[in-house]
Amino acid sequence: MKKKKEKTYLINPFYDIQKIIIPVIAIFLSLTIGAIIIKAIGADPLLAYKILFKGAFGSISSIGEILVKATPLILTGLSFAFAFRAGLFNIGAEGQLYMGGFFATLVGISFKGLPMIIHLPLVILAAFIGGGLWGLLAGWLKVKFKANEIITTVMLNYVAIFWVSYLVTGPMKAPPGTFPQSETIAASAQLPRILPPTRVHLGLIIALICIVLYYIFFRKMILGYETRITGKNMNVSKYAGMNSERIMLFVMFISGGMAGLAGASEILGIQGRLLADFSPGYGFSGIVVSLVGMNSPFGIFLTAILFGILKSGGNLMQMIARVPVAVIYIIEGLVVIFVLAGQGIRLKIKYLINLKRYGQE
Amino acid sequence: MSDFIINFIAADLRTATPILFAALGELYMERSGIINIGLEGFMLIGALVGSISSYFFNSAWLGVIMAALACGILGLIYAFFVITIKANQVATGIAINILSLGLTTTIYRAFMGVNTSHPNIASFKNISIPLLSKIPILGQSIFNQIILVYLALMLVPFTYYFLYKTSIGLKIRAAGEYPRATDTAGVNVFQIRYGAIIGGSMLVGVGGAYLSLGLLNMFTENMVAGRGFIALAAVIFGKWNPWGVLGAALFFGFGDALAIRLQVMGSNIPYQFLLMLPYIFTIAILAGFVGKAVCPAALGIPYNKE
Repeated sequence: MKKKKEKTYLINPFYDIQKIIIPVIAIFLSLTIGAIIIKAIGADPLLAYKILFKGAFGSISSIGEILVKATPLILTGLSFAFAFRAGLFNIGAEGQLYMGGFFATLVGISFKGLPMIIHLPLVILAAFIGGGLWGLLAGWLKVKFKANEIITTVMLNYVAIFWVSYLVTGPMKAPPGTFPQSETIAASAQLPRILPPTRVHLGLIIALICIVLYYIFFRKMILGYETRITGKNMNVSKYAGMNSERIMLFVMFISGGMAGLAGASEILGIQGRLLADFSPGYGFSGIVVSLVGMNSPFGIFLTAILFGILKSGGNLMQMIARVPVAVIYIIEGLVVIFVLAGQGIRLKIKYLINLKRYGQE
Repeated sequence: MSDFIINFIAADLRTATPILFAALGELYMERSGIINIGLEGFMLIGALVGSISSYFFNSAWLGVIMAALACGILGLIYAFFVITIKANQVATGIAINILSLGLTTTIYRAFMGVNTSHPNIASFKNISIPLLSKIPILGQSIFNQIILVYLALMLVPFTYYFLYKTSIGLKIRAAGEYPRATDTAGVNVFQIRYGAIIGGSMLVGVGGAYLSLGLLNMFTENMVAGRGFIALAAVIFGKWNPWGVLGAALFFGFGDALAIRLQVMGSNIPYQFLLMLPYIFTIAILAGFVGKAVCPAALGIPYNKE
């Protein structure tokens, strides 16, 4: 009987299908409820979605905008997923993103006259380290002082946001001194556009490389395997002789680093200088992307593109169909709710099936 | 100078009140073992419903009651997810934050239409308490506030009494520490947690309504602006104790009020560091740098009956 139970766990033909079906149903339901809300506020939902679609795919540059919006989402999505698979909740992508932007700007404006081939990798590395250290701080507090990483990462978000706000109104403020922003980052440190006339920049390639590395890490590397085991059951990993504390520190560093890259993508690819409040919540949206993408590399990519479409087309929808762009947030929130509900229902069904098959136990 | 002190203490109380409401609401939930990081979203819903209801019914009181009811319903939905479905509490909380930001902005835009001027909304007026308000300095600053401020302050001893001196309070605390033993003792852990979430959510909703009916006289988009997370911090900084939470809320409100003053005065002291303080202090106390805060043992862990 025991063997049979194991079998249902190992070979579950429904598992992979569920991985796709749950998000697809969740997205469909959310768009439907979104339509009802659009109707309720007195607009035409079909027209709104049509214009949203047209706004996203209407021109070469708008299609580019989808990728521009998806780039930081891929990175913050990977950031959350990476920690999640190790059993850690990194809610701090937003703050790590700001620290990445700060480090990138620091290196970007400090060195002048460097060739791009040296300067650009340097700023990207700086962003990774900036975000990584911010993540590592939470990891260190957890390992050393048993401080819950959910709370510390949430708190560190605001510390980072206020820190950047202080920098651009104080020490890093550009000389004329009227706007709260840093001076422009050297051209040799900015992410070049790769598909003109669109705004798509090298950050997209970095994000795609990160997806591939994420896949390789968890599928092909021993450390990735150990990380997954630690995430599933810390005691098992300890008995197997894995150093779970070191793994935790490592995971928080990499997770923060990827969020830091999202900051670099925004600062070096779009803004060109450090600003206060430069992220419209990419860190939090990354959590959504990761959950809806079921932590799989391809799922994260697809979800990021989907939210890229919504964010890219949303503005035209607001202008023409008179539907507030905030409807996108409703859809985003609902998708998560439905994915969570779907997972819950799946577990319930599994429980009922097992109950039927093996009796009360 | 005494004017300045009066104004300052009064401002501190005003900024501390929404944090206090939300933090006390969260306290009930966390003591029962549920961590709700969707406070920001709950408060936004409370602020919007309070503002709109007050406009339609022309009564600030009805605004507060409707805000509490709306957040109670939202709390019921949240409880269904995290207790019955056993969805992850953090993920659900974040979803509620994003969803509420979208919902309130959309509804508010639809409600306002093309109108750009803010409609006249019934709001609360200051009540000065006889005799007590005559005490020099303290009287004018503490005992000349809107009624919600007094209500928030009175909630502190009430919460203390409720959690530590009543049997329901004991059940709530037990559910947060050791749900299995609580269950064995014949207490329905699910019921207790449902109750704590719904009741706590209603308080959070009142905190939201305070923003749009007391602190400001209107709703503005994303007006909670991080107060939900400060409230979360206040629960930890207050070491999961109502009196501690009061101290934390006053302290964080103090930082907030001082930051606003510094900005208005155009001072060179960077106000951002003041705004950071709640978060830094919370991390410090969580890590045990300044006294150790011990959270309820079952915080954030879904309870399985089997």
